[in-house]
Amino acid sequence: MTPEMSRAPVSVSELLTDPAGVPRARAMLQRAEWAGRSFARYDKPAVDAIVRAAAAAGAAGAREYAERAVRETGFGVVEHKVLKNVACSTGVVEHYAGHDFVTPRVDAAAKVVEVPRPAGVVLALTPSTNPVATVFFKCLLALMTRSVVVVSPHPLAKEVCAHAARALGEAAVKAGAPDGVIQVVDEPSVPLIDALMTDERTSVIVATGGLPVVHAAHSSGTPAIGVGPGNVPVLVDATADLAKAARRIVDSKSFDNSVLCTNESVLIVTELAATALLRHLKQAGAYLLAPDERDRVAAMLFPGGRFDIRFVGKDASWIAAEAGLRVPNRTRVLLAPFDLVVPEEPLAHEKLCPVLGLVRVPTARRGIDAARAVLRLSGRGHSAAIHSTDPQVIMEYGAAVEVLRVAVNVGNSLGSAGLETNLAPTMTIGTGFFGRSSVGENLHPSHLVQWTRLAYNRDPAEPFGDFTGLTPWQAPAGHQGPQGHQGAQPPYPVASNQRGDGADLRPAAAGGGGQANSPARSELNGSDASALREQIRRLILEELSQLAGG
Amino acid sequence: MTEELISFASKQDMLAKSKQFWNPDKTQFWIDSGVPLVIDRREGYFIYDVEGKRLIDVHLNGGTYNLGHRNPEVAAAVTAAMQRFDIGNHHFPSLARTALAEALISTAPDGLTKVMYGSGGGEAIDIALKSARHATKKRGIVSVAKAYHGHTGLAVATGDERFATLFLADRPDEFSHVPFNDTDAMEAALKARDVAAVIMETIPATYGFPLPAPGYLAGVKKLCERYGALYIADEVQTGLMRTGELWAISKHGVNPDILVTGKGISGGMYPVSAVLATEAAAGWLTEDGFAHMSTFGGAELGCVAALKTLEITGRPEVRSMVHYIAAAFTDGLGMIQAQYPDWFTGVRQDGLVMGLEFGHPQGAKFVMKRLYENGVWAIFSTLDPRVLQYKPGILLTPAVCEELLERTEVAIAKARDDVAAGARR
Repeated sequence: MTPEMSRAPVSVSELLTDPAGVPRARAMLQRAEWAGRSFARYDKPAVDAIVRAAAAAGAAGAREYAERAVRETGFGVVEHKVLKNVACSTGVVEHYAGHDFVTPRVDAAAKVVEVPRPAGVVLALTPSTNPVATVFFKCLLALMTRSVVVVSPHPLAKEVCAHAARALGEAAVKAGAPDGVIQVVDEPSVPLIDALMTDERTSVIVATGGLPVVHAAHSSGTPAIGVGPGNVPVLVDATADLAKAARRIVDSKSFDNSVLCTNESVLIVTELAATALLRHLKQAGAYLLAPDERDRVAAMLFPGGRFDIRFVGKDASWIAAEAGLRVPNRTRVLLAPFDLVVPEEPLAHEKLCPVLGLVRVPTARRGIDAARAVLRLSGRGHSAAIHSTDPQVIMEYGAAVEVLRVAVNVGNSLGSAGLETNLAPTMTIGTGFFGRSSVGENLHPSHLVQWTRLAYNRDPAEPFGDFTGLTPWQAPAGHQGPQGHQGAQPPYPVASNQRGDGADLRPAAAGGGGQANSPARSELNGSDASALREQIRRLILEELSQLAGG
Repeated sequence: MTEELISFASKQDMLAKSKQFWNPDKTQFWIDSGVPLVIDRREGYFIYDVEGKRLIDVHLNGGTYNLGHRNPEVAAAVTAAMQRFDIGNHHFPSLARTALAEALISTAPDGLTKVMYGSGGGEAIDIALKSARHATKKRGIVSVAKAYHGHTGLAVATGDERFATLFLADRPDEFSHVPFNDTDAMEAALKARDVAAVIMETIPATYGFPLPAPGYLAGVKKLCERYGALYIADEVQTGLMRTGELWAISKHGVNPDILVTGKGISGGMYPVSAVLATEAAAGWLTEDGFAHMSTFGGAELGCVAALKTLEITGRPEVRSMVHYIAAAFTDGLGMIQAQYPDWFTGVRQDGLVMGLEFGHPQGAKFVMKRLYENGVWAIFSTLDPRVLQYKPGILLTPAVCEELLERTEVAIAKARDDVAAGARR
């Protein structure tokens, strides 16, 4: 999604200093394997209760985590992150409220029963740009489908991500999820991530990050859903409502200071629409850079031709000030005009900050060519946007650009992410075959569950079974629903001679003596058992008399 | 390199020489028991006979291989340590011994403050008993009947006569034995106030893991306090997370005066044992630190192995896994037991400490043989051969756990037929 992994101000050699974390990470995977084995047998009501509890915990911390994320990474806008954190916790859960990824499906006509089988152990690699929202999103998708998660956050956002993941995990376990359902790596490092990715206990990697991380995930030998960076072209033609288009583009480009990978990169406008659009853009808070100003900004953002991550998620006025420019106070986006979309033009590349390239084209046809050129540089398979009311142009655009989602008459940041369109709301954009990924849709829960199909002989003479009301799943032992959760998963290992019927025994606190008075089970025959009871009775009396005496 | 030092023409040749040069009775015993095992390769929870037969190890030498055979992390730590350390000089303060002592105390039950080292469990038990005698100025030692605490001079006297009388090593005047789970008998043994210490395995292993009745160990501790004896918790087999807590005694709410650990403490890589004691119980260390010596006690390579073992064992992930594994066996063995309730009569379980009871005085020997045929190595309880010791590793994977339960189920069914056939003859 973002190029930060390769360009973070943390050098690879620094990251290599902590291979000591690797064994611990392997222990996490093994614990996850046990937890996943338990979770895979939960029924729908139990899963729903867990998902709701985890989402509520996420939403409750939305603001705190937004503030901490901005403080830790220096990226983005607190208010916008709050919005994303809510959208990726309770928002996502509400979106999938009517869906069922747990109960077997029976298709009597086809004589097929489909039994959902969770992925198992999901390794979630999360970025620094949308740290908490991505953690929430991936964890909740896993919980909905009864998978367990090991989160490996980007090193720049490791603290806030660890807190957020733990909060979700604790809420989930409290609601009945198996212990270790969500785990998080505290000190991510290159060897550690590599060890996690190549471990056979990892069922699937869901990788969001820079190209190197995504490529590493795809090359690991473990099934991977990797999503690479965007470089979003947005085409505006004269048939669009230009005032609305301008407002939407500025809102989108300034949203969270452009850290969403769906933020617009290059605005392509037809000559016929250009003058009016620029006027509206200015009203909406965009500042058109003069040629010398543009050159200064370009040189500053792309020293040596590569984007300087110092500018990721910083606001427009700060960037202008850094370039020594005076811009109006209310400036939210810097518009950087250039002529030709070619590799040597730095401004045609992805910019995770509110600097928007601007290219004028004589016709929509030429605009489509320019959009294709933007995507040749990077962002294949990702997303594009168009503002137009001409279905023919929109269709031609969609059929020509090599992306798998085009946001129409909506800002792309939240449009392609599914928050302001009816696409699946996501923090993980599948870039499909264009982007060398196995998934071409916005990541949704179905991607983490597969189905065992019980397929009957289609000969009508062979009758189909009656599966009505059959489910192989149960509520976890001792689980009494969202309000009255009693039993932990796994149960505490109480000695077999101390397990009472239905009793939820715990170890005695230090200093405590007799902790249970349930009859011994397999240990003793009848007379021994009565002797034991007598002995316990005596011990209790003894304690009581000591209390009375002392 | 190993081949240059160790080479036999065949397994038969090797067994013959084992009888000739090593231990004829023991070598023959295993052949007669249907367990002609000569362990060669080993990895994780698998051991391989010299002929290639693979066995899942649920004996683990009493927990020595809790973390699996040749645990790669422990092996790496010891290999690295060999570039710097050897056994060390036992007279001087040592980097490795001090680091391990600090680590042990920081994870120990409240009140334990000092560490003394041995090279094996028996030696550690002797140190514990000597320390208790020094601290209390009394000689008496009380243990439970059928107890087992090792084979060294004092330790062997605490145990069953099976191992003591042969060597004229029983000492009935100073060492008394009381029935397990009997507080009255314990009180009678302590009443004269001439007892230095009561020594208890938290769950007596060699006796087939009879479980302490609820409140029994806490009651014993209370009696110790009342009659001026120390409580020694022998955690050689029950410690190190086997019961789902680092030390089993903490599940009983007892803070012992002395705690002994051995076997698994050094990951099966380099022998070391340790005695953890309260300030009062470890008084001789202040009075005369040279009073007990051991050239190999607290060998530095063993200390490094133990530091790594303790770190691995203490991981929250591992504790969680042990709880999962224990629950998997509760369920799995419960299902097997439901099928053969007349034969598989009981499961004594506290976490991954398990004794499987069978309805025949020698039942566990039949099961052991069938398990061996079916690729599982588990040993009967020497002092109660009705009971099979069943001690899976604390890092077991779900796959091996399931495989083990399947093999166990088949072996139990076959052993039942064996016993029935024997009865008919």
